[in-house]
Amino acid sequence: MERVLMKGNEALAEAAIRAGCKCFFAYPITPQTEVAAYLAKNMKKRNITFLQAESELAAVNMVLGASSAGVRTMTSSSSPGISLKSEGVSYLAGSDLPAVIVNVQRGGPGLGSIQPSQSDYWQATKALGHGDFQLIVFAPASVQETVDMTIRAFEEADRYRMPVMILTDGFIGQMMEPVTFSDETPKIEPKDWAACGHKGGRKHNIINSLFLQPDELEASVDARYEKYETIKKNIHDAEIYMCEDADLVITAFGTTARVAKSAVNQAREKGIKAGLFRPKTLWPFPVEELNAACKTAKKVLSVEMSKGQMVDDIRLALNCRIPVEFFGRNGGNIPTPAEILDEIVKISERGL
Amino acid sequence: MAVVFDKPHALCDVATTYCPGCTHGIIHRLVAEVMDELGIEGNTIGIFPVGCSVMAYKFFECDMVGAPHGRAPAVATGIKRALPDSVVFTYQGDGDLAAIGTCETVHAAARGENITVIFVNNTIYGMTGGQMAPTTLPGQVTQTTPYGREPEIQGYPVKVCEMLATIDGTALAQRVSVDTPAHIREAKKAIKKAFENQINKKGFSLVEVLSTCPTNWGLTPVDALQRLRDEMIPYFPLGVYKDEAVWNKEEKAD
Repeated sequence: MERVLMKGNEALAEAAIRAGCKCFFAYPITPQTEVAAYLAKNMKKRNITFLQAESELAAVNMVLGASSAGVRTMTSSSSPGISLKSEGVSYLAGSDLPAVIVNVQRGGPGLGSIQPSQSDYWQATKALGHGDFQLIVFAPASVQETVDMTIRAFEEADRYRMPVMILTDGFIGQMMEPVTFSDETPKIEPKDWAACGHKGGRKHNIINSLFLQPDELEASVDARYEKYETIKKNIHDAEIYMCEDADLVITAFGTTARVAKSAVNQAREKGIKAGLFRPKTLWPFPVEELNAACKTAKKVLSVEMSKGQMVDDIRLALNCRIPVEFFGRNGGNIPTPAEILDEIVKISERGL
Repeated sequence: MAVVFDKPHALCDVATTYCPGCTHGIIHRLVAEVMDELGIEGNTIGIFPVGCSVMAYKFFECDMVGAPHGRAPAVATGIKRALPDSVVFTYQGDGDLAAIGTCETVHAAARGENITVIFVNNTIYGMTGGQMAPTTLPGQVTQTTPYGREPEIQGYPVKVCEMLATIDGTALAQRVSVDTPAHIREAKKAIKKAFENQINKKGFSLVEVLSTCPTNWGLTPVDALQRLRDEMIPYFPLGVYKDEAVWNKEEKAD
């Protein structure tokens, strides 16, 4: 166990190497640059492949190839680049291939900004590509969590044979924090489905997402959704902070949750019973945890760096039992504790 | 009784999904014969594209991976980088390779990626019912050029071998045809060389095979072969456009 001071993006790259990632493919984009730079610097001495692709499309399809061949593989990008990767992500999901996709979010739409944002929540949790499919989505709020979730992402991707996303942002990616790496080496199970050459010893393996017969495609999609039901039971995680007696529960993930925590503390000092609910998994969404956190809540305030995207899932998870309000900044702006506190005070003055 | 002609082992014992008279079947057979002769089936991963050969995973006995439209060289790159000692080939049509996948093709070549590309050029999108392809000839009637391709409006065909011959990472760029027995023998030699280049780590090797599409050309199989000779070969001349090891130059093939 070693404790070092590292940037979020570099720590993520280091975690990927330690998780047994053998092939990394990416295309340059701010603010994920350090992931690729760190892996490029380490590729020879750590025996991994880093290839800078000619496009985001090529990068994600190189991931598709490496994953088909049976090795742990990853790509990273930021919002506009993730849109381009959506084609490949849909094929990864449709071909039941494990892969780790990192989105260091920046402001959008279009070319947007290069500052942090959370406006790809919908994209990550609802529709990162065409067709019926889901990704497992982890949302780290610190450099340490970035490391832990990256290692877990590789494990879950292999376990369930599907793409897993680390949905971080330009703030967590760029900031430095002390982080601890475990010395454990990952145990990687052999992949009998991989297209790595049959060596005359088995029938040929086929990696495919095409089913021209409607019933065959439906059966394949249905089977995948049965798997998702298992995943929903096994993967759901949230941090619940000062919610035991809370009248107002703030919901926020990633960077925003860090700021919201300060605002909750300040609200408590003012005598407002506020609490914080922070989902660590965005899909599956921690529905039970949210309902448990909101036992005493009279109102919920979703704080996001977007125009309000997770707020939909909050309402659905609560089945509209409790009024849910929204406060957000966008464009690359991070809400300040004072802005969130102001919102908390306003809601409190209107009556809880 | 002596067997004088048999199905190659690397070809699955199933009926293909190709139209009567289509030359995909001949090209599949040549690839399978080469796999047999080089004894590489068990170490080979084939990439099937989007287009008429999207069902190729049913026809080759080696491991097969499906690529999104045009991305086969990127998928092949991922596999080859993960398993450098495997043999990886893509099998792509003209729309796949020279329109939506031009970027992936050019950059795989520029990297000198040690893969084999079988490029089937029949100057039309067959699977979707006969639209203009990047290789559709000037004047050629298709569903989306109903008055014939007009270069002033739709531009000119892409000459893939000529283009790739200018790239440093290309080891082999050769155009062949399968319209006559002599041309078929030549095509097989080129395909074999493209696989041998990969085994000997010589660099990116592409064989462009001029092919027919009787269904979407609206011709009989025999007339389609005649059109290939009369119209395609003059525009896309057969020949070796580049044959020069990129890597491993001193080691002789075979």
